[in-house]
Formats: sequence, C-alpha cells, structure tokens
Amino acid sequence: MRKASFITTLLIPITAIISKAQTANEPEMADTMRSNGKIYVVVLVLATIFAGIIAYLIRIDRKISKLEKNK
Amino acid sequence: MRRSWWKVLCVICLGYTVIGGILMPVPRLNIINESIRNLYYHVPMWFTMILLFTGSFIYSIKYLRGGNLRDDVYASQLTNTGIFFSILGMLSGMEWANYTWGAPWSNDPKQLGTAMSMLIYFAYIILRGGLKDDEKRAKISAVYNIFAYALMIPLLWVLPRMVDSLHPGNGGNPGFNQYDLDSNMRMVFYPAVIGWFLIGLWIATLKIRWGLLKFEKENNFQFEFEKNHNNNA
Repeated sequence: MRKASFITTLLIPITAIISKAQTANEPEMADTMRSNGKIYVVVLVLATIFAGIIAYLIRIDRKISKLEKNK
Repeated sequence: MRRSWWKVLCVICLGYTVIGGILMPVPRLNIINESIRNLYYHVPMWFTMILLFTGSFIYSIKYLRGGNLRDDVYASQLTNTGIFFSILGMLSGMEWANYTWGAPWSNDPKQLGTAMSMLIYFAYIILRGGLKDDEKRAKISAVYNIFAYALMIPLLWVLPRMVDSLHPGNGGNPGFNQYDLDSNMRMVFYPAVIGWFLIGLWIATLKIRWGLLKFEKENNFQFEFEKNHNNNA
C-alpha cells in the first residue's frame, strides 16, 4: 500500500513534466520577436522599401504622362 | 497619372499585405513554421506571371488577326513584365526551398517545369532581338508566343500534378486551401493576390506606354498616314 502511493507520488510530477514537454514541442514560431515588439521594426523596414518602390513607380508614371502630352 | 483608382487600390492592397502579412496570425505548422508567410509573396508572383502571359497571348492572337503593330508592343511588353515576375518567383522560391526543403534546387517537378517554361520565354526575347524587320519580328514572335503559352500550361499545371512533388497540391500533397490556408490566411492572401496583380499590370502598362511612344516616334510618318487613311475610310 505504502509502496503504491510512493509510486503515484513519483508518477504525478513525471506525467506533468511530460505533458509540459509536449506543449513545448509545438512548432516553433517567432513568438519572442512578437512579444518584445521587434517585429514592428521589420514591418517598418518593409513598409519603407514598399513606399519607396511605389513613389518610384508614380514618378515614372508622371514622366510618361508628360511625354504623352508633349508628343 | 492616368486612370488612377486601381493604382490606389493596388497601393492599399499591397500596403495591407506588407503589414498584415507579417503581423496577422498564421497556423503553427512543423517544418515551414513562420515561413508560411511567404505564401503572401512567393505564390502571387506566379499568379501575376500567368496573368501577364495570358494578356500577352491574347494580344499576340489579336496581332495575328488584325496586323496592327501596336498590339505587338502590348504583347512584347506584357511578356517582358511576366518574365520579370517569373524571375522574382523563382528566386523567392529557391530562397524558401533552401530553408524548408534543405536545398535551393531539389529537382522538384514544378521547379523543373517552371525552369523549362522560363527558358522558352527567354528564347522569345532572344528571338525578338535577332529580327530587325518590324513586321517579320511581330509575326514570328506572335506565333512563337502562342506556342510558348500553350507549352507553359502543361509544364506548370498538368505535369507536376502527375508525379511526386514537394509543392502542395501535387502528387498527393494537399493543396494549401484544403487544410492549411485557414480563414486568417485568406484575409491576407486574397488582397495580396489582387495587389500583386495590379502592381504587375501597372508596371506592364508603364512599359507598354513607353513602348508605344517609342513606336510612334519611329513610325511617325506611317502613323500619320494610317490616321488619314482611317479618316477617309
């Protein structure tokens, strides 16, 4: 009887550790980057590059429109 | 700026794609992990390429039916822009593959089919560069373009599905829409496709307008004659 209860008291924390390990086994994502807000730096850089490309396209568009008017 | 409402839509959709594509939640999956977000950027490259090549195909047929050299300008510039997007798609795919499949080139049937298709379209540029006579260049390249398009469809959409492939939706691999493309991803993916479509069309229209200006400058006399001819008729 005493032996059995000893085993169960040993088993409970072990199963707890195993189940915790299983949740930790979930696919790894960039959660740290998200929690400390560094992901917004990435978004800022991408948005800057994107804005630059769009500004460049608009400039070319305006230039071609001007040429079309002058022909 | 000409006809600019869809250009505004393009900027809105792509701005949302850049920001939402990084910040919106995605399913947690093994192997691809966070790189699943590449779906918003890599896949629309190919969709845009197909759209531009389809436009080019239509204008090539139009040229062969009508013989108007301006349709040839449309066809060639649409193809050029499509090739630009295919290069971006191939490079982004190789970068993605390097981290998920372990190598940038793993002889995946879809990769091979795409590479073949790209070579066929590269030959289109070489063919055009080699012919000096306008009419001849337009006619031969229009016929070539129709064959290139007819080859691209089985190379990209049919053959990779008949053999084992690492791409989703091929050789028993599930497509993204079946399991992985959940409603959160759809909320970014569909605007992303619209945005990339529109930016592809925008670049293509710029190149077409530039090509038409060049064409009209070179054929100024012919153009005037045609105009008078049309007015008389």
